Amino acid sequence: MTAQGQTPGLRYPSNKKTIYDRNLSRSKNSELSRAAFAYLFVEMISYAQKRVKGIADLEKRLNNQGYPLGLKLLELLLARAPPNSALRPTRILPLLQFIAQTLWRHLFNRPADALERSENDASQYMLYDNDPMVNQYISLPREMSQLNCAAFVAGIIEGVCDGAGFATQGVSAHSVGEEPGGEKGSMWPGKTVFLIKFREEVLEREEILGRGG
Amino acid sequence: MVVFALFIISKAGGLIYNREFHSGLTKLTSNDYLMLAGSFHGMHAITKQLCPVPAAAINPTSGVPSLAPSPFTSRPSGIEVLESSHFRIQCFQTLTGTKFLLFTEPQQPNVDSVLRRIYELYSDYVMKNPFYTVEMPIRCEKFDRSLDGFVKVRS
Repeated sequence: MTAQGQTPGLRYPSNKKTIYDRNLSRSKNSELSRAAFAYLFVEMISYAQKRVKGIADLEKRLNNQGYPLGLKLLELLLARAPPNSALRPTRILPLLQFIAQTLWRHLFNRPADALERSENDASQYMLYDNDPMVNQYISLPREMSQLNCAAFVAGIIEGVCDGAGFATQGVSAHSVGEEPGGEKGSMWPGKTVFLIKFREEVLEREEILGRGG
Repeated sequence: MVVFALFIISKAGGLIYNREFHSGLTKLTSNDYLMLAGSFHGMHAITKQLCPVPAAAINPTSGVPSLAPSPFTSRPSGIEVLESSHFRIQCFQTLTGTKFLLFTEPQQPNVDSVLRRIYELYSDYVMKNPFYTVEMPIRCEKFDRSLDGFVKVRS
């Protein structure tokens, strides 16, 4: 209400301590309410659903919502890492390990379930999550069964990859829970794969680095 | 221990969810189900007005003695249980006016806690689902699945 000529955008709490004055590691192990996240995510999806043309468009928007988060999380998690291991990932494998372990632990309190390289496309990696936390309460209506709301998490991954200098041709989330054969018998109905496709130049660099080391 | 069916009635009196867990109830047409829900809703509203003067105990049919003092204890509650020789209908109304009707065998114990748990599942898998519009019929796969899991384990 009384701005008092302070920088717009940055909010000053009554004790004058902004988010920049706080210790980086202070909220490291603090937990947040899952219900609060669920309700926020509901609103994020409703917001993204406005004026979209189709499911691909909606996923694109969710992806865009996650992207800046990924850029920032990369910096934050590296800043919080113990000094001797706080190296920015320069190779593909350490980057993916960082995502599957550090990032996943920070966001969901557990590591990702599997990490694979595509057999027919060397530039493609698959990261599996058996039960994505963001989809926990979401039931898709029948006409939108193609949608996977973990596109938001895909956006976070894309942000981390881009921020670390590994340009991608996009990261996408796909449901792989129900195999055509075993209808309801599958153990993880919400199983999701994140397809990470790196650009040519990233692979070239990887090859040069591989030869050098 | 048999739980026959669950109805959820919106605050406007429409039947928004209808699920049978255990065959045993005679089938009605879907129109009759809607009418049953609507009639119950109306009866509930009228019995609420019947309620004795505020300070007195709630409806004598409510079997829930509340231990903690709550600002809501003196609210008139309307009809809560209907019983026949072969089945019993227990009603649970949320603070927002949504009603859960559970059809059970007359001797089924702990209907209250079952309803409370169903309310929890409802608030998780229906209210936190971005694709559900309030007051509309509930079509949520995960809600169905979790209800199945809960009710089948208990019976």
